[in-house]
Formats: sequence, C-alpha cells, structure tokens
Amino acid sequence: MTLPDSAIKHLELKANEIRQDIIKMLLEAGSGHSAGPLGMADILTALYFHILHHNPHNPDLADRDRLVLSNGHICPVLYTTLAHSGYFPVSELKTLRKLGTRLQGHPHRGSLPGLETTSGPLGSGLSQSCGMAYVAKMDQKTWRVICLMSDGEQEAGNTWEAVMFAGKNKLDNLVGVIDRNNIQIDGFTEDIMPLEPLKDKYESFNWHVVDIDGHNFQSIHDAFDLAKTIHSKPTLILAHTTPGKGVSFMENKYEWHGKAPNKQEAEEALTQLRHIEEAIRHA
Amino acid sequence: MLNDQAHLNPKLFDDDIEQVPSRNGYGEGLVLAADANDQVVALCADLTESTRTEEFAKKYPNRFIEIGVAEQNLAAVASGMAAAGKVPFITSYAVFSPGRNWEQIRTTVCYNNQPVKIIGSHAGISVGPDGATHQALEDLAIMRALPNMVVVCPCDSIEAKKATVAIAKNSKPSYLRLSRSDVPVITTESTSFEIGKAEVFYEGKDVAIIACGQMVYRALLVAKELKEHGISIRVINNHTIKPLDQKTILKAAEETRAVVTVEEHQIHGGLGAAVAELISQNFPVPIKIIGIEDRFGESGEPEELLEKFGLTTENIKKAVLQVLRMKEK
Ligand SMILES: Cc1ncc(C[n+]2csc(CCOP(=O)(O)OP(=O)(O)O)c2C)c(N)n1
Ligand SMILES: [Mg+2]
Repeated sequence: MTLPDSAIKHLELKANEIRQDIIKMLLEAGSGHSAGPLGMADILTALYFHILHHNPHNPDLADRDRLVLSNGHICPVLYTTLAHSGYFPVSELKTLRKLGTRLQGHPHRGSLPGLETTSGPLGSGLSQSCGMAYVAKMDQKTWRVICLMSDGEQEAGNTWEAVMFAGKNKLDNLVGVIDRNNIQIDGFTEDIMPLEPLKDKYESFNWHVVDIDGHNFQSIHDAFDLAKTIHSKPTLILAHTTPGKGVSFMENKYEWHGKAPNKQEAEEALTQLRHIEEAIRHA
Repeated sequence: MLNDQAHLNPKLFDDDIEQVPSRNGYGEGLVLAADANDQVVALCADLTESTRTEEFAKKYPNRFIEIGVAEQNLAAVASGMAAAGKVPFITSYAVFSPGRNWEQIRTTVCYNNQPVKIIGSHAGISVGPDGATHQALEDLAIMRALPNMVVVCPCDSIEAKKATVAIAKNSKPSYLRLSRSDVPVITTESTSFEIGKAEVFYEGKDVAIIACGQMVYRALLVAKELKEHGISIRVINNHTIKPLDQKTILKAAEETRAVVTVEEHQIHGGLGAAVAELISQNFPVPIKIIGIEDRFGESGEPEELLEKFGLTTENIKKAVLQVLRMKEK
C-alpha cells in the first residue's frame, strides 16, 4: 500500500518533534545516549503511530503487539515516543535519569507503563522476544513480537543463540529490527568486529531479511507489512540508519554514542531540527 | 588515632581532598605492569576509554585486543592466551564481566587456574544515572565463591594502581573491582600495599570497622568524629576480600570485641559475609554488616544514591553504637 503524502508528512513531523524532545531531555539529564535515539526516531514513530496494535490507555491489553527494546541504551527515543502516544505525560520526560524517576537510565519493566522488559545489557532481547513469540504460537494468539536491536549487539553470542532458536522454531510472528548505524562505543562496527555480510548470516539461519532505509516511512511501512506475509520464518528488517540523524555534528560520529549535548550543542541541535521541521511543513 | 605508619593523605580530613575514580589508577597501573612485563596483554569489550584501558592500547597497540560486545568470548579468549603464556587483563563493566561471563570465568579461568586478570569497572551503586542494570552489587559474592580466585577492591585510585601492578605478578586468577565516579584519595604512594594484607588506617580499641572500596573513607570520618565522643575505633582497609587477612581481622575481633563492616555491595555474600564467616567460626563477637539491603539500585547522582541506599556516615555511626551495646550485654 502506498501511504498518502499527508500520512507521511504527519509521521515525519511527529518524528521531528520526538527528536527535539530527545535533545531537550538529554540536556536536562546531563548524561545519556544521543546518536542511537536520534537515528531510530523514525522507526519508533512509525511503530507507535502507525504499525503496532497497542493501546496507551491499556498498556496490558492482552492481544497487543509486544515491542521489546533489546538495546536499552536508546531508551530516550522509546520514552519520548511512549509519552507522545499517551502512555504518560510528556512533561515527565525531563525527569530522565534523576533520582526517583520512572524513566530510569536504562528501561526497567514495571517502572513505566508500556515497557515489556528491562534492558541495557546487550544481547538478550531477542531471546526474550523468542520466548514471547513461542508462547503466542503455543496459545494460538495473533499478536506479533517486534524486537529492536542494535548492530553492536550482533557481536554478542546470545544474539545468535536466539537467531538459531527463532529459525528452528519458524517464529513467523517475530520481527527483528537491527539499527544498522555502523557505530558502537569504541568505533565503527566494521573496525571493531566486522559483521558483514549480515543479511546472508540471518538468511542462512532461516530468516527472511529485508534491507530498508530506516528513515523512509514508506519503506518502514512496507517492511512490516511484508513480514505479515512471510510464513514459517521470522523476518529481519535490516534498517540502515544514520546515527545522530538530523543533527549534523552528531551524524555518523561514534563519539556521540553515549554523550548528552551541553547547552550550546543542544541549542544548535534544536535550531537544525527546527529547520528540518519547517522544510517538512512546506514540502 | 590515625596510624602514622599508613602514611595516609595529609589532606585526609580536609573538605577539598582530591577526588579521582579508582578506574583511573587501574589505567596507570596497567601501563606500569606492561612496561615491566612484556607478556602483559589487555583485552576489552567495546569499553576501552571508560574502563581506562586506552592509555595501554595507545602505548602497546600490538598487545591490545578488541573483542567487541562479547564478554563470554572475552574471558575464554583470555584463558587461551594465558594458556599460551600471556598475562591477560580483561576489562569491561563489572555487570558484564564478571557478570555475564561468570561460568566462563569459573571453568576456563579458575578451574584451569589461568592467571587472567578480570577488571570490573563501574561497580557499586555510585555508578549513578545509568541505573540498576549497570550497577554491579553482586560481583564480590560471585567472584569470592570461586576457588583459586583472588578478589581485590581498592579504596582509591592510588591503591588501584598498586593493586593492578600486584595482580600482574601474582600468577593467579584475579578480580579487581573499580569505581566509575570520583572517590577521595586517602592513601599516598608511601602507603604499603600487599595482596591479602589488610591495613589498619586508624587505631582504636572499642570497635573495629572493616571496610573496602570508597567506604573506607567514610569509616575514617566516623572514627574521627566518634573519637571526640570518647569512642575509640579501629578502621581496617580490607582491600583483599579473598584471601582474607585472617590474622588482622581476628586480632581486631579479639581486641575490640565489636565489629562493623561496610561495603558498596549487597549485604549478602560480600566483604561482610566473608568477615562474618571468619569471625563466627573462630572468635564470635557482635557484628553489623552495612551494604545494599538485598535490592536493586536505580538512577540518580552517586552521592544521592549512597545516601538513599544507606551507605552514610550516619548509618555507620548507628551500627557502631549498636555493636557497642551488644558487646556490653
Ligand atoms: C552485554 C553488554 N556489554 C557491554 C555493554 C556496554 N555498551 C553499551 S552500548 C554498547 C555498544 C554500542 O553499540 P550499539 O549497540 O550498536 O550502539 P549505538 O549504535 O546505539 O551507538 C556497549 C558495548 C552493554 N550495554 N551490554
Ligand atoms: Mg550501532
């Protein structure tokens, strides 16, 4: 299905608003991760405002799709998207990482409505997603499990144990998404621990793989739609993204993996994002 | 009264005492250990800068191995390198190593008895805003339970440097626990350090406070304050959790007959447990264990968290008064 221009524009504006809020919350927190959250803002927006079956007013909805964030450090984008979809007040975003907050530095299940699991330590989200998807099949449920992962955590052995399990058990109700942004903490992934050919690797484990531009809402929509038609295999969406997307001095810089902007940097980032916002409005 | 022989920082009780994370001392120590022994190698799991392994990696690029986000591989590759004659240091955050890779450490390092040096940075509640997932509060327990393992938790950056140099030479599996945030520098280059040898930093006869890590500083503050109220406290810097310095601890139990332990770790299985096991079986006296009370941490600033989780001088004082009352009964 081709999305109408108006729908795409709506999603682009929402993602832009979320990016601006990510910058504001990180400035307020004084620590946290910038690059990954900005890079994944489009996919999270597409999921919560277009793709997922969920209800912000009933986070425990029995047949909701389960969104598992395996790379918990990008939680600023998840928190912001959850707030904008109505799970909790947007004003609470400014409590990120502060004593007593529901917005823990890494997501804690039970702290905040809408979190399916605790994460931060990399590499175990896909296993948990497999467990959920396996039960959905056992109990003949129709909900899907979407597992967001980073490329860095493709280096973890645990990830591949889950990849094998999902392939063996034909978990076609499971969609994995890799934030293929090519950065991790110590440098570029291909220098730290080469991952390519990632697509071939997943395919050889009985997964269906789609490569997409992770900033193109039509492609994101198509990929999740396609996943519904793939039978007897889990689907992997290899989402090529730009870490730090929308903020020129953060884009593709691994130095921005785990750093929050200072006041001046945040102002510059917001100026740039507002320019993008204007461009979307007038397109 | 302060033990002169310990040669502590003359600014110990000043408000502007220098503060440095103990991981920095490790970074310096690793370079010293590598200068002294060309068999020293270091492996890191995508945390080279924040674990302070970077200086080594720059100076000795050919002896540095980047493993990526793969802590199980980190431990087992290091075991193989040790089997082939190297002295490997493996570095990550303590929740991941020795957290995630505990069994690899158990079998390939400890049971094999290979001299792999496990460096767990970002231990304790003082990790701060990253929250509970990144605050290792169980690492002393899981390392202490392993046969052959040496477990060291330095009180400051200078001691961390000395400990790094020492474990490079001890030919044993060893675990070094480090802090992320700033910690008061209480020792000096002249303070003696020997693995397995606890140091009396403050002399006293009424109560013994046995502490490790940055809690030693708080214990000293308490000793100084209560001295003014006529309570004489012995403060022991127990940097080596295993092997425990039985002689120094039992002597303290015999002479003071009241013991308080303090650590930035769960009350189960850490320093307090080790001391209680020793004392209860050899010279039972009243004991209070101060630590994290069987719960997970959370986000916040280091100082706020130490306060919220009860690792305060107030709580240490309370425990001192409690054991004093218990021994008088
Ligand atoms: C098991 C585990 N080991 C180490 C870490 C520390 N850590 C946090 S993020 C990260 C890697 C970053 O790579 P990626 O996930 O691709 O990050 P991004 O693209 O968001 O910068 C590491 C090593 C962790 N969270 N979990
Ligand atoms: Mg990445």
